[in-house]
Amino acid sequence: MLAKRIIPCLDVKDGRTVKGINFEGLTDVGDPVELGARYAAEGADELVYLDITASKERRSTFTKLVERVADRVNIPFTVGGGIASLEDAASLLDAGADKITINSAAVANPQLISDIASKYGSQFVVVAIDARTIADGSWRITTHGGSKLTDIELFGWAKRVEQLGAGEILFTSMDHDGTRSGYPCQTYAALASSLDIPVIASGGAGSVNDIANVLIDGRADAALAASIFHYGEISIDALKRQLAAKNIPVRL
Amino acid sequence: MIAIIDYKTGNLRSVENALNRLGAEWTLTADESIIRNADRVLLPGVGHAGEAIARLRESNLDEVIKRLRKPVLGICVGMQVMCRHTAEGDADGIGLFDTRVRRFQPQPGDKVPHMGWNSINNLESKLFKGIEPSSYVYYVHSYRADLCPDTIATTRYGVTQEMFSAALKYENFYGTQFHPEKSGDIGEHILKNFLQI
Repeated sequence: MLAKRIIPCLDVKDGRTVKGINFEGLTDVGDPVELGARYAAEGADELVYLDITASKERRSTFTKLVERVADRVNIPFTVGGGIASLEDAASLLDAGADKITINSAAVANPQLISDIASKYGSQFVVVAIDARTIADGSWRITTHGGSKLTDIELFGWAKRVEQLGAGEILFTSMDHDGTRSGYPCQTYAALASSLDIPVIASGGAGSVNDIANVLIDGRADAALAASIFHYGEISIDALKRQLAAKNIPVRL
Repeated sequence: MIAIIDYKTGNLRSVENALNRLGAEWTLTADESIIRNADRVLLPGVGHAGEAIARLRESNLDEVIKRLRKPVLGICVGMQVMCRHTAEGDADGIGLFDTRVRRFQPQPGDKVPHMGWNSINNLESKLFKGIEPSSYVYYVHSYRADLCPDTIATTRYGVTQEMFSAALKYENFYGTQFHPEKSGDIGEHILKNFLQI
């Protein structure tokens, strides 16, 4: 049975983890490699590293970090943040990333999805989609961390992204992100049934039940979360055991 | 010394890193004498199996591999090219494993590629010494090998829960469809077993 995946997301700025709690036995909480290794040991199924550095030196610092993660971590990991070209993706692949994630750059230049997918395979390309509802209740894509609303409709965009060669979709509802009020499960379920590629749910988890609901009712293949892990509200191992108790297939 | 066969098949960094974590010495090579003299040989593979077979033939590495008597491990496409035939590019393989590689036939609701963590069962080799049935390993593939007498592990996938060969063995040749180098502690254990066979 294919397991549902639990994926912690680490925001990285200037080579350091932005959030994170003082795990017992972890010498350097700010080191994204140490924190990732800790999550892997706790049972994370994959890791996502997002570079949120604004400076010009970002690329080389982040690439060096990706090399260190690849040396150390024995599970797959995805990297993203500011990838805007085939060359950006290639340097991260060479550094050892298993997948890359693109968001605003894919909206600005959809061809980028097919360029990367045809060169390195669909399994390498995770397209992140941020969307929110507008007055008539339909969903519209946003870019630049949700700050810019476009007139692109969610389901049409998701289908196009799939046809362009994306291997997975990471969907975040900007209506729910940061609210800790749960995920829009009906929207996730509609996405899952309209696509043939896996959907990763992101943004909104406040409890184990929220994650269980999006994996069952929302038919998501994976759940990505940051704060509930970073602030130590629940360990990944404890979360997965509670999901298993609800008959959700997880890797223990 | 472990020889990782270099036949320009995508990124080998994760295999190299996994061997480093085990403290194993390795060299990436296409040199026949180095491959012949290695204690262990790894045949990785990413990408298109038909093209991978063509590249091995161009450099005569298919014949080199066939004659090896030390333990050989093919990973993912590296396993597929050691089978009799693959539907990916409709190509004859090296023919060490007596089975055919075919594409998943997705039913409504199935997703191809088969990607993520799935469980292995019917474990029948020293390669899986100390590994519990139903342990999870990491997969990324769209083609899979039929069950055959060389099957030493199985996985089920899809709406129909059809079984395919998760791993194969013939004499000193081993192959895993999953990626031990990305399969956490279980994967490291399997790689360690291979180094100790």
